[in-house]
Amino acid sequence: MKYLHLIWASLLRKKVRTTLTLLSIIVAFLLFGMLDAVRVAFTVRESLEGASRLIASSKLSIIQPLPYSYQAQIQRVTGVEDIAFANWFGGIYQDRKNFFANFAVSTNYFAMYPEFVLPAEQKQAFLTTRTGAIVGANLAQRYNFKIGDKIPLQATIFPHKNGGNTWTFDLVGIFQARDERDRNQEDQMMFRYDYFDEGRTFAHGTVGWYMVKVSDPSRAQQVAQAIDRLFINSAAETKTQTEKQFTLDFVKQIGDIGMIVSSIMGAVFFTILLLTGNTMSQAVRERIPELAVLKTLGFSNQSVLWLVLGEALLLAAIGGSIGLLLAMSGAGALSAAFRGGSFAVGAQSWLSGALIMLVLGIAVGLPPAWRAMRLRIVDALHEL
Amino acid sequence: MRWLEQIFEITWMSLATIPQRLGSALVIVGGIAGVVGVLVALLAMGEGFRSVLAQAGRLDDAIVLRKGASAELNSGLSRAEAVLIAQAPGILKNSTGVPLASAEVVVVANLPKRSSGTDANVEIRGVGPQVWELRRDTHIIEGRRFVTGKRELVIGKGAQQEFAGLEVGKIVRLGLQDWTVVGVFASGDAHESELWSDPEVLQGAYNRSGYQSVTLKLTDIDAFDTLKAALSSDPRLTVDVQRTRDYYATQSEDLTRLIRILGVAIATIMGVGAVFGALNTMYAAVSTRAREIATLRALGFSATPVVISVMLEAALLALLGGALGAGLAWLLFDKYTVSTLGANFSQVVFAFQVSPQLILNGLLWALGIGLLGGLFPAIHAARQPVTRALRAL
Repeated sequence: MKYLHLIWASLLRKKVRTTLTLLSIIVAFLLFGMLDAVRVAFTVRESLEGASRLIASSKLSIIQPLPYSYQAQIQRVTGVEDIAFANWFGGIYQDRKNFFANFAVSTNYFAMYPEFVLPAEQKQAFLTTRTGAIVGANLAQRYNFKIGDKIPLQATIFPHKNGGNTWTFDLVGIFQARDERDRNQEDQMMFRYDYFDEGRTFAHGTVGWYMVKVSDPSRAQQVAQAIDRLFINSAAETKTQTEKQFTLDFVKQIGDIGMIVSSIMGAVFFTILLLTGNTMSQAVRERIPELAVLKTLGFSNQSVLWLVLGEALLLAAIGGSIGLLLAMSGAGALSAAFRGGSFAVGAQSWLSGALIMLVLGIAVGLPPAWRAMRLRIVDALHEL
Repeated sequence: MRWLEQIFEITWMSLATIPQRLGSALVIVGGIAGVVGVLVALLAMGEGFRSVLAQAGRLDDAIVLRKGASAELNSGLSRAEAVLIAQAPGILKNSTGVPLASAEVVVVANLPKRSSGTDANVEIRGVGPQVWELRRDTHIIEGRRFVTGKRELVIGKGAQQEFAGLEVGKIVRLGLQDWTVVGVFASGDAHESELWSDPEVLQGAYNRSGYQSVTLKLTDIDAFDTLKAALSSDPRLTVDVQRTRDYYATQSEDLTRLIRILGVAIATIMGVGAVFGALNTMYAAVSTRAREIATLRALGFSATPVVISVMLEAALLALLGGALGAGLAWLLFDKYTVSTLGANFSQVVFAFQVSPQLILNGLLWALGIGLLGGLFPAIHAARQPVTRALRAL
């Protein structure tokens, strides 16, 4: 640490070069931070309650409905504490581009999802209003929805029995995600299944999928199998999975996002390694006589090694931190640009970022530092 | 003329010294190769998805869906409606007088993917008997067509690559029924991600009675308006009709735009990094050659050829990097097959397409980065007072 001023002085020796190198490191970490935010957004996280919930859908495919009568049968399975159900609606608000998830749910839906925080009186209003709908805070903010508003949705799948495509809902509640990291969940709209089932023109008495709460999460697998056994060889067989598995399978269908993101990151860091590595060795080469003078003055080989390595590490740390700070605001801009996205550079990204700074600093600094350490004073001074 | 000669001389001289500073020259080449590689690879992914859907659409085909449905999976047409639609004017008839229209059932099944072993959604399309005449590009490449009335499937080439257990002769279990794979078809478009079967048998398996869409061939491209007018004026029908070209273009619009924005944004940020790298290298190149340049100036070479020669050098190195990056992207990713969820909530298989246009784009980016990175060092070199630079001798 006592040599910090020396390291600093050598960094300031050629300001243009240091600035340019620093800028390219900043750029690399800006990209790293934002890509990692995207990766994290697509990583399935399990909430405390999620571990105790199962999803039962048709084994044939998720689009195939299940009979309403399954509710009572599943309820009786040992280990089942509660059951709710939902049906995809796929309505459009004003324009096709305003896509958000919307579906019909049973009235006990919010009781089963305590991670969606809803004031008690709004929860009550949902129970008493047949045409009631609940939206997430994100969605409410984007379209300026207020409680009491009438929200019209254009049906894509379910025309209304009145002959039109328009369904109108009364907004009775706005929920917030309990966990900040689940902000993207606030981009949904739920309304009552009984109102929906009465208004649609076909498939009455069927539901899209069941959500089952088990009393003992460690026995979730056995309960899932017991449910599937109930309906085996029936006209509508079920496939029951933990909520996490269900979501994982779905994300996997979108594509291998992890692979794409890490390939890009690989290309970025390869490029940056090349850029900074070359600059560092150039900087050391130019200072060989100087280093020899330091050694003549009595600096040990080790000290010289640390001087050069410290320079690379300092550069990586400064550039990396600035880059990640920029990425934090960049991720905010990204969330704003993609409706429903909630991208953030979290502690995890900072941690892996710090690790990469360390590795980058060593990879770039070690070869020239090694050369500086092995330097023979006579040869080096000769170059003067 | 003398001017051009000067540029040529100086550039040649500086290029000849590149082997002595190979390391820093490689920085420009490698840095730009990274940028162009990522740009080309990402855009090739977007282009691949767009084109596999675009191939499925034609100007002289039309698709009829229930009003308001944005995709086939959301749509529903009754048997009676499908019959009415096929009788509308403007539809081409074959030699025996049957209209070339295919009323189709679209459903989704859960099948395990080859890569992960986990279930994913695959689209099953029940197609009418006229479909082979309607979609002429589609042909059987292995086995045979399905037989009407039997539980038989023909598998799209893409679906077969992506999903396990779809070889000819294999049994696929849908609900309580066993279906036999009897053939494989190729069509060069998004339909290759699908499984085709007899629509009536498929309706039975999914406990349905109607169809999702009717696809038909127009007598000529102008017959669309006749058809549209007829269908929208019929009080028994509430449907939307579109040319298939427009329908499939809409399906790929969102994802293609997203990939393009991402690709350009990432490449821009990386490009900024590469400009810094190029600046660094060219500054170093110019400063090691300061004496040389000053000598040239003293001999009577003017400033402009010096500027141009430095920029030319940067541009050449950049183009080399661009070619390397685009070449790598082409080698690694051209025809690389992936799949994602399409509008029908099922897997669409598509291949990256590294087109000549994309490679050209990548080279232009490289050139831009190179020129930008060469400009300031070039000006710096030309502005250096001759006397001071020579004093360093």
